[in-house]
Amino acid sequence: MKGDIPLVRSARPAPVSGFLRAMSAVVWKDLAAELRSRELLSSMLVFALLVILIFNFALELDTKTRSTVTSGVLWVTFAFAGTLGLNRSMAMEKDRGCLDGLLLAPVDRSAIYFGKAIGNLIFMFIVEIIVLPVYSVLYNTNLFHPGLLLVILLGSIGYVAVGTLLSSMAVQTRTRDVLLPILLFPVAIPVFIAAVKASSGFLQGTEMAEIQPWLTLLITYDVIFTSVAFMVFDYVVEE
Amino acid sequence: MESKPRLLTILDIATIVMLVIATGMVFLYAPMEAVMGNVQRVFYFHVAAGWVGMLGFLVAAIAGIVYLRTGRREWDIASLSAVEIGMVFAFINVVTGAIWARPIWNTWWTWDPRLTTATIMLLIYAAYLLLRQGIEDPDRRARFGAVYAIVGFLSVPLTFFSARLFRTIHPVVIGSNQPGAEGAFDMTPLMLQTFMFSLLTFSIIFVDLLWHRIRLGKLADKVEQMKLKVMG
Repeated sequence: MKGDIPLVRSARPAPVSGFLRAMSAVVWKDLAAELRSRELLSSMLVFALLVILIFNFALELDTKTRSTVTSGVLWVTFAFAGTLGLNRSMAMEKDRGCLDGLLLAPVDRSAIYFGKAIGNLIFMFIVEIIVLPVYSVLYNTNLFHPGLLLVILLGSIGYVAVGTLLSSMAVQTRTRDVLLPILLFPVAIPVFIAAVKASSGFLQGTEMAEIQPWLTLLITYDVIFTSVAFMVFDYVVEE
Repeated sequence: MESKPRLLTILDIATIVMLVIATGMVFLYAPMEAVMGNVQRVFYFHVAAGWVGMLGFLVAAIAGIVYLRTGRREWDIASLSAVEIGMVFAFINVVTGAIWARPIWNTWWTWDPRLTTATIMLLIYAAYLLLRQGIEDPDRRARFGAVYAIVGFLSVPLTFFSARLFRTIHPVVIGSNQPGAEGAFDMTPLMLQTFMFSLLTFSIIFVDLLWHRIRLGKLADKVEQMKLKVMG
């Protein structure tokens, strides 16, 4: 009997490490696919830069207006580019039947959700990291404030947590990509309001006591919606 | 073909009678508000409609959770019915609010937290209906609808809090008022009775409509099945 124990152990690895392995496999797959095709990041980036360009004309971003609207422009850009990325990342799974393959794998479905979400988050971060310096150079403002980076981190997490869940629903409908922003934007409004307010607070050097409630709101949103998405994702991909 | 339940007929009659009484109370029983005059009377149905809207969305979210756990179609019908009724009343709430705001705030619309939240809430449930429309498979439609009803409902309080961190001018008639609220007033006992009765009436209307709508949904299902049988 003693000899059996290691055998049993190797057949059933500890659930947590299995979860992590499945999750990182999904993330890795997305990164590798992106590294070869570069279609997602390049379209997100070009789109983001176009949005900033359009805002330049739409708002006449002179020095005076700039200080007050910068955070708004940034977040609208991130939101639009993010929708593009979320849509593409899920449509890719759906088009080539990859999602079915993923679902057939004997792993926890929530590992697939977290894998996709982390992949989307990485893409969103890459776009944000490129957009920030470009915006700084184009409009001659310094955006490298640690507080702003924290807000971008928290805001993106909340946005992607809901976005990944809703995009996996949107790709399975008849209207597909049209539907994602309609589903996502009204639900993500708290993220936008809090992120814009907190970002402009940091950029304008407001007191921490005034920014704190917005950060708390962002963290609350992140926690609530990551856990809800984790709980309901099973029902979204069920066949 | 099942006939209409007796209790539902009784409830219909009770609803109509209560609505007539409530309307009478609003115009004849409740005293005129000293500062705002007659336009204040919109308040009774305004708040009651808002309450029913929220109730509808709450019921939709709960029915969504129960559907996901049990997978029984009735709960999906209940969830959709509650959303539809909730949307109608939320819309009545916004429109009556605008009618009141025009003379009191001197504008039809302002970006106050409650107004913002009400609008975003309407948009969420419009998206819910669009989502359902885009899916043919009834099982998947029900699952996605339930998920979105839950996610949407959870975001509403957060939207409200985030909008509230901006300053508000909306009066809080029940509970303590923030300084700067415009158009606030204290209710006299007669006003309070009218208000409570309106709330009760609208809740009964909600139950009655929900019952009708669920029954309609079930009948529509039955028709669908019969059609398939005839064609197949």
